[in-house]
Amino acid sequence: MSTTTPVTTTPPLVAEKPSAAKVAKKRLSSPWASLAAIVLAVLWTLPTFGLLVSSFRPERAIKTTGWWTFFSNPTLTMDNYKGVFGGDGGVNLANFFINSLIICIPSVLIPLSLAALAAYAFAWINFPGKNILFLMVFALQIVPLQVTLIPLLEIYVNIKITGTFWTLWLSHATFALPLAIYLLHNFMREIPAGLIEAARVDGAGHVSIFFKVMLPLLTPALAAFGIFQFLWVWNDLLVALVFAGGGDEVAPITLQLANLSGTRGTAWQLLSAGAFVSIIVPVTVFLLLQRFFVRGLLAGSVKG
Amino acid sequence: MFGQPTSPRFRAALAGTLSAGLVLGLAACGDSDSDSSSGTDASAAAIDCAPYTKFGDIKGKTVTIYTGIVTPEDTPHIESYKPFEACTGATIKYEGDKSFETQVLVRARAGNPPDLAIVPQPGLVKQLVSTGKAVAAPQEVSDNVDKFWDKAWKAYTTIDGKFYGAPLGASVKSLVWYSPSEFKDSGYTVPTTLDELKALSDKMVADGKKPWCAGISSGDATGWPLTDWMEDFMLRTAGPEEYDKWVNHEIPFNSAEPTAALDAVGAYLKNDKYVNGGLGDVKSIATTTFQDAGLPILDGTCSLHRQASFYAANFPKGTKVAEDGDIFAFYLPGKDATTKPVLGAGEFVVAFADRPEVKAFQTYLSSDVWANTKAKLSSGWVSANKGLDQANLTNPIDKLAGGILLDPKATFRFDGSDMMPAAVGSDAFWKQTTAWITGQDTPTTLNNIEKAWPK
Repeated sequence: MSTTTPVTTTPPLVAEKPSAAKVAKKRLSSPWASLAAIVLAVLWTLPTFGLLVSSFRPERAIKTTGWWTFFSNPTLTMDNYKGVFGGDGGVNLANFFINSLIICIPSVLIPLSLAALAAYAFAWINFPGKNILFLMVFALQIVPLQVTLIPLLEIYVNIKITGTFWTLWLSHATFALPLAIYLLHNFMREIPAGLIEAARVDGAGHVSIFFKVMLPLLTPALAAFGIFQFLWVWNDLLVALVFAGGGDEVAPITLQLANLSGTRGTAWQLLSAGAFVSIIVPVTVFLLLQRFFVRGLLAGSVKG
Repeated sequence: MFGQPTSPRFRAALAGTLSAGLVLGLAACGDSDSDSSSGTDASAAAIDCAPYTKFGDIKGKTVTIYTGIVTPEDTPHIESYKPFEACTGATIKYEGDKSFETQVLVRARAGNPPDLAIVPQPGLVKQLVSTGKAVAAPQEVSDNVDKFWDKAWKAYTTIDGKFYGAPLGASVKSLVWYSPSEFKDSGYTVPTTLDELKALSDKMVADGKKPWCAGISSGDATGWPLTDWMEDFMLRTAGPEEYDKWVNHEIPFNSAEPTAALDAVGAYLKNDKYVNGGLGDVKSIATTTFQDAGLPILDGTCSLHRQASFYAANFPKGTKVAEDGDIFAFYLPGKDATTKPVLGAGEFVVAFADRPEVKAFQTYLSSDVWANTKAKLSSGWVSANKGLDQANLTNPIDKLAGGILLDPKATFRFDGSDMMPAAVGSDAFWKQTTAWITGQDTPTTLNNIEKAWPK
């Protein structure tokens, strides 16, 4: 019985897909839709483009005129980029790339691995109090992270891990877990029960089901959440500000970016160049993994 | 598309930082073997180490100092600690962070404060003391402050009879920036009384100029330059005694003297003939950032800009800030030539630990030795420390500011908004004066600020 269920459910799915896709394709490829897409793309790119142009303009020009005046009076300079790499004895952003990576990678891996395990338990293991526990995890998403800042810092002070990367790893992991568990749980629930039952009939326990059946199917979802979390942690300033107190050893690049403009904000011409230096990593990550990203986003929606 | 050309650079950066990290790590390892010689730096002037011997052997100890002073002003600070490190063998760990003012409170409340904090407002010192984590300054620091500072400075950080922090640096706010060459070419002279300032402005208007430029936009602190304007005029039109009463709320915010002071500011800043040179009309004051507001002087579209001594750092590189240069400042004159009220601000060193090495370092920072060491290393920095030798101030604007601060005839007053309760000093005062510059009348503005004063 159980082995036949996937066979019976898949054909309608396969039959539905092309029709939905066809309709979507037809609608989205009309000239008007293309025009709208192009207009949107231009509108969204314009500020970033302005930032890029600005980053090459001389200090006086940035401070007195808008970036579009570049086209009537083009002068290019690399001074801003020299400035953010410590050209004038100021901040050297290059030194903080490593810190940001050291913060980001565990902050993505810890919640991902924990959430995948927890989501599996919530989705496919029956234990007492499961629904209440899941509801609590779900509800935790509502708690704004700002209210936890001082209590969490107090805990870190008590267990004496302030000024280390642990504070950032643990904080980012805790803040990410509720959403991660919820997303992965929903994704796992959508995997046909027959698949699990078939594996169980073949003698697989929870561990081998998780690793051999679930993980390969989960890859797009994991990648999508991984990118989300990576971008969030890379761009985070608040958590780093509160918990990374301890000097340059643990400060991420965003903290230095905030300090780049100087004590009274007088060197703000460096900000556009600094922004471009710091987005190199997120842009690279996004471009390398965007295939997974789109698949992960679609995976839930098409099936649901 | 974008990822392709940039990733090699990123890899280069990674490789660079990795190898730099390795080199630094190795260097640090090498240092620990020969730590007695590591502290001595060729650039650090030798100082008398005797005052620090009584704190015992503090070699190898670390003192953390947390400040809002970041690049590029942080380098002279770090350099100025070297003589102390050479003397005692202790290490000073400097942490600069622009969000210092909020983060220091978070860290103090959570029990994770630094050893020392450089606090730029007496109001914030009070808040830090109220967390219960700050510790009173040691006797040595107190003695130094008695010896080197005007009594008023000590009072700013004396809370409930306990003295919490020595002043560090100071800035002079009563300055008007101008172009020396414009003054020379047009035959203008630096005014010595408020009436002369008015006459000068009118003369510039007659010459077809818009003399003043101003800007108050500054993120969530928008409006603060106007509070400085009002404080400066309060000091001049009502006098220092009335100013103190006003700051301490012994007279209502909307009483006669503050009203007169704000109207006096309005005679300049809400006067379409006077503003906003090179930037627009009166309303453009609200949208121009304070950093940009004085730059039109360089273009010749504006002649006068009232801003503190630290504004010198804001001019593009290559601008000569000197009496015979592109730009310079004069003292915003008093009501008459005999009175010399000075509005200023400064930082205070507050301690959260009383370990011997922290006390020793606090003592060093409050000494004339440190002030002179720092003055030699930096430009754009002055202190009200009486032991500061004027000859050590190299930068012309520092000489001017130092001269004003240490002038025995000058009456120094601390920036009032920094001492008022936060609900007024860093909230209602800013917001209401911003509304005022965009059209709200003076009585409404002052009534609203008065209402916001905590009961």
